[in-house]
Amino acid sequence: MTVNSLPVRTDTPVRTPAPKAPRAGRRLLRIRAGRQHHAGPLAYVLLGIMALVSIFPLYWTMVAASTDNTRVSQSPPPFLPGPNLFSNLARAWDEAAMGKAMVNSLIVAGVIALSTVLFATLAGFAFAKLRFKGRNILLTLVIGTMMVPPQLGVVPLFMMMSDLGLAQQLPAVIFPTLVSAVGVFFMRQYLGEALPDELVEAARVDGAHSLRIFWSIVLPVARPAMAVLFMITFVHAWNDFFWPFVVLDMTNPTVPVALTQLSAGYVRDQSLIMAGALLGTLPLLAMFIVFGRQIVSGIMAGAVKG
Amino acid sequence: MATSTTNALAGEERAGPPAKSPDGKSGRKRGALLHRIDLKGAPYAFVAPFFVVFAAFSFYPLIYTAWISLHHVELATLDSMQWVAFDNYVDLFKDSRFWNALRNTITIGVISTVPQLLMALGMAHLLNYRMRASLFFRVASLVPYATSVGAAALVFTMLFERDFGMINWVLGWVGIDPLDWEANKWPAQVAISTIVIWRWTGYNALLYLAAMQAIPADRYEAASIDGASRWKQFTHVTVPGIRSTIVFTIVLSTIGATQLFGEPLIFGQGPNGVTGGADNQYQTLGLLLYEEGWKNYQMGRAATVAWAMFLLLILVFVAQRLISRLRSRTP
Repeated sequence: MTVNSLPVRTDTPVRTPAPKAPRAGRRLLRIRAGRQHHAGPLAYVLLGIMALVSIFPLYWTMVAASTDNTRVSQSPPPFLPGPNLFSNLARAWDEAAMGKAMVNSLIVAGVIALSTVLFATLAGFAFAKLRFKGRNILLTLVIGTMMVPPQLGVVPLFMMMSDLGLAQQLPAVIFPTLVSAVGVFFMRQYLGEALPDELVEAARVDGAHSLRIFWSIVLPVARPAMAVLFMITFVHAWNDFFWPFVVLDMTNPTVPVALTQLSAGYVRDQSLIMAGALLGTLPLLAMFIVFGRQIVSGIMAGAVKG
Repeated sequence: MATSTTNALAGEERAGPPAKSPDGKSGRKRGALLHRIDLKGAPYAFVAPFFVVFAAFSFYPLIYTAWISLHHVELATLDSMQWVAFDNYVDLFKDSRFWNALRNTITIGVISTVPQLLMALGMAHLLNYRMRASLFFRVASLVPYATSVGAAALVFTMLFERDFGMINWVLGWVGIDPLDWEANKWPAQVAISTIVIWRWTGYNALLYLAAMQAIPADRYEAASIDGASRWKQFTHVTVPGIRSTIVFTIVLSTIGATQLFGEPLIFGQGPNGVTGGADNQYQTLGLLLYEEGWKNYQMGRAATVAWAMFLLLILVFVAQRLISRLRSRTP
């Protein structure tokens, strides 16, 4: 149906010769300097505004979380942090079950990211380097599955999880997202370029079977891409909202689900709400500060180009 | 299939490399057979987990949704399904809330997607310059992407607050009276779209940037030799050069827009969230699905809304295909 409209060329040969595997891998994930003109002052100003717009709401979350309810509810709004940051964070941790939510989200996002990376690398390797009947059709199918938003199946999914006794349980959130089509496609793109065919063939001549080749040749080459895919999947799983909101309740929530509880109360404590929002964002923010370069280059490497 | 292949693999490992097999001829034969099984079977075993999980948790539910939509099912008694044929669909098409939610989904989709992709294009162009601190700008543009719907919607709800929100305060500088964003239809839809735009512009910009960097430099050289201005180069080299990426982002944003749920839910703050405002002024199809299923306990009707969303998606893509075919026919 819609598969053909996708700009992905499944027929392109995947054998791009790359010199040495590990180095090629690193090169693929490195940010290339723009090869166009140098930026003028106007470009810096515009990008500065853009960075400000991107970061300001989070800065303001921190400001609001560090004052108290009366100060936040005044106009003009506060622009500088107040003294109550840690007491508000502690209150959000207790009152909104943010502690439990953080642990739950860590488990959910961690398991989903691990399994997505494992299965995506396996399938990506097969699609990029192994010859088998129906390869192109299956790859087109993988891409076609991106067209089916998982939200459409929530009603039967909810019934299924109730039948299995998994409603309100974390596995109900984990199972449906154990794999990702984007991940498979990403690993296929990466391995297609980073893993030389000669390496695979040489291992075959030496008598290694497919699983052995995967373990000792593919995994080392794929490692940088796997790390990136892990982080991107982690971000998505951490932030996923609709299905967890449907299937979990407030006694056992993930972070985004717990956050809705904060704002739905009748007495709205704005600085408490903001403290919760800040708490729920901090782990990902920390990850972005440490691994920002890798995440940026990973998203760019996985992009459809052309 | 997966298990048999794994056994085969394990077996072959024990047998060792065929050429050096100690049992002589028969061992070599067995090794060759296992080798062939491995060659033929392993690829399918490697791609199987993806398809198994997808079939069980995405494809089967999608099909089963259609079946449920032909039944009367209540949340409290999920096991008793009563066949009602197309009654749910007839009710849905007579229901003004459905048409309202459909219109809202489309208008919010347009308000959030069009500016988002245009700004992403401009941003990618800026990021593509050779410059200092380029990594900082790229990471900064991704910060909203790291923020969950929950957190982002909470912050923006506060920024759009009627009495003390920062946005009304800023509008006050230019003499605009405070707006009640939530209570009015278009302001509410603009506010919700703002959350979507804020979260996704930087991400799309990076996708465009990656595609721009894959455009061969000689195309720009040729254009500048022909005397093309920078703007001409942008419209005649850059944009056509990243055409498939643009299509890809349009497809993804469209899917996202039809599923919109968290932003309006949280923007409505509590009881108003699920209905999309007191007058359903920003209720999307996603919210309607949830309201039918988990607030009115009518799972059959919820499934009907889900299937209507799917049909909407198909319609949009068919239209997109038709338009692109027409455009390619007329040069």
